[in-house]
Amino acid sequence: MPATMFDKIWDAHAILEREGNTLLHVAFHLCHDGSAGGFAKLKERGIEVRRPDRMAGTPDHYVPTTSRRIEDLATEDMRRIFRVFGENFTANGITHFPVEDARQGIIHVVGPEQGFTQPGLVIVCGDSHTSTHGAVGAIAFGIGSSEVAHVMATQALWQKRPKTMRITINGERPFGVTGKDAVLAIIAHIGAVGGTGYAVEYAGSLIRAFSMEERLTVCNMSIEAGARCGMIAPDEKTFDYLKGRPFAPAGAEWDKALAHWQGLPSDPGAAFDREEALDGAALAPMVTWGTSPENAVAVTDRVPDPADEADEERRAALEGAIDYMGLAAGQAITDIEVDRVFIGSCTNSRIEDLRAAAKVVEGRRIRVGHAFVSPGSGLIKKQAEEEGLDRVFTEAGFEWRESACSMCVGMNGDIARPGERTASTSNRNFRGRQGPGVRTHLVSPAMAAAAAVSGRFADVREFG
Amino acid sequence: MEPFKTFSAVAAPLDMLNVDTDQVIPARFLSRPLDERYGTYLFHDLRFDADGNEKPEFVMNREGFRAAQVLVADRNFGCGSSRENAVTALAAAGFKAVIAPSFGDIFYSNSLKNGFLPIRLPDETCRRLREMLHEGPGGEVTVDLESQTVTAPDQSTWSFEIDPFQKNKVLQGLDDIDFTMQFLGEIETFEQGYDARMTWVTTRPG
Repeated sequence: MPATMFDKIWDAHAILEREGNTLLHVAFHLCHDGSAGGFAKLKERGIEVRRPDRMAGTPDHYVPTTSRRIEDLATEDMRRIFRVFGENFTANGITHFPVEDARQGIIHVVGPEQGFTQPGLVIVCGDSHTSTHGAVGAIAFGIGSSEVAHVMATQALWQKRPKTMRITINGERPFGVTGKDAVLAIIAHIGAVGGTGYAVEYAGSLIRAFSMEERLTVCNMSIEAGARCGMIAPDEKTFDYLKGRPFAPAGAEWDKALAHWQGLPSDPGAAFDREEALDGAALAPMVTWGTSPENAVAVTDRVPDPADEADEERRAALEGAIDYMGLAAGQAITDIEVDRVFIGSCTNSRIEDLRAAAKVVEGRRIRVGHAFVSPGSGLIKKQAEEEGLDRVFTEAGFEWRESACSMCVGMNGDIARPGERTASTSNRNFRGRQGPGVRTHLVSPAMAAAAAVSGRFADVREFG
Repeated sequence: MEPFKTFSAVAAPLDMLNVDTDQVIPARFLSRPLDERYGTYLFHDLRFDADGNEKPEFVMNREGFRAAQVLVADRNFGCGSSRENAVTALAAAGFKAVIAPSFGDIFYSNSLKNGFLPIRLPDETCRRLREMLHEGPGGEVTVDLESQTVTAPDQSTWSFEIDPFQKNKVLQGLDDIDFTMQFLGEIETFEQGYDARMTWVTTRPG
């Protein structure tokens, strides 16, 4: 029977079943500074980490972007988390990249960059954006701290098999459209709850035309549609991307792995529980106006008018979001003024993202109060500096900072002030996400750059 | 984990779509220790103004709802971040269950790991229940996991679905790691086969 890629990978990791639940083997467990709770739970019970050879980690959530020194962290609680992170990894002999290591970065950037993220694996991490790793053709999903401890103890997880959904985007890539715009359009289309209970496979000619970086961005935001995971079939682009990465297989092992990977894509005729399609040719650069990632519209569009919404609850939600965001119904997106710009996060901080933003910024000055770039890893930062991108940004008035989750979640203290409006390349525009009272708009790196040099949202297609 | 027991308690309506876990507990509290203040971090920025004063309009600050142990929410409750602290904060503030039409996947599974019950009831039922609670603040609901029912203040009773495997674990208060350890033999056998097949899978430098 024709099988989906999801089925093939799931079945290859199923240890046993009990009452319709599967005990699923975990191939890789990626960790970050927030994984400390898992180690603590194991210690409490006197259990050893079962497979340190299948774990890797780097701190990202609490890492400062203005310094590489743990002493510079804002609170003693944060400093403690850091010390414990290092101790746990060293004591268990787990591969990890501490803050002072050039390979440190955001775990969802570092995983693919180092080659931990490989096709055909079940990958978990105590972070919801673990869906990122599905871009190479893996089942990758976020888990809570109890499950983190469970994986550390057993290298397995109890899971109910999700339903499958294929989202197909065919068509030529329109000028100025990136993976970020595509995934925002997908979330707007199926809704923030549209993917709940599903494993999503993205397919179609536009998805195949996307670079690996863009595919990582698309899969990264699967969780914003509620999906358990998002994945894209591996192809030559995937294999080219992985070849030669430090932790990717090499030599005869590469050949063996490649043969396995080539058999992963969904078989022709494989049935999905649900199919959705978007017209790629109709996509445009997107901006979110509200407080859910589903509140995304084309940059040429307007803030919706709640009066047009028939459903009472939805109307109230629209009114609440417009009020929080300090906008007016029907306001043109390009009339919205921006106070701060953030280019970074596991969604959009890879080298290609920085190049796209730098291209727009080059030779211009920022017209917002504050703008900064936090590259996704130390290695990306180094590469960008070799390409001279750091100077492009700093000459335009951006700050060029170190790598961390930073203002995507604000846990390291990188936040905006109440009432300020940001253009952000991150993944969540939730109320207060970037600081109490802060108004977040999600955009692609090029659109964030266009906003930075315009002082308001601007259509990147109008920039030469 | 404590076995889950049938209980009756005051329920509070929360009329918001897509309540993400950043609303349940803002990120700046995630590094705080689990002490007697933890419950005050729950819905912090919805509940308190910038000076720390209660916002009178928020449901938890209204008379009749202060003793609530059940939350009746709207679609996609607990979406967003995987932070298990969302469940910890709800429990620390005295809540034992959330009723909603749908939940964020990770929040749902985090809840069950902590003996905290996420109950899915249809949209229309949740709406009726919220209206009933608004009309009669202090109204109690009964949550019976054994029979998979919720009883409203007007004695209407609704059944809810829950995976029998999960239900059993929560009812017995089974510890997940202990439970899985009984399959250690099967895990080892599986891993031997997997490691022999997938020889390239390791996070150790080659």
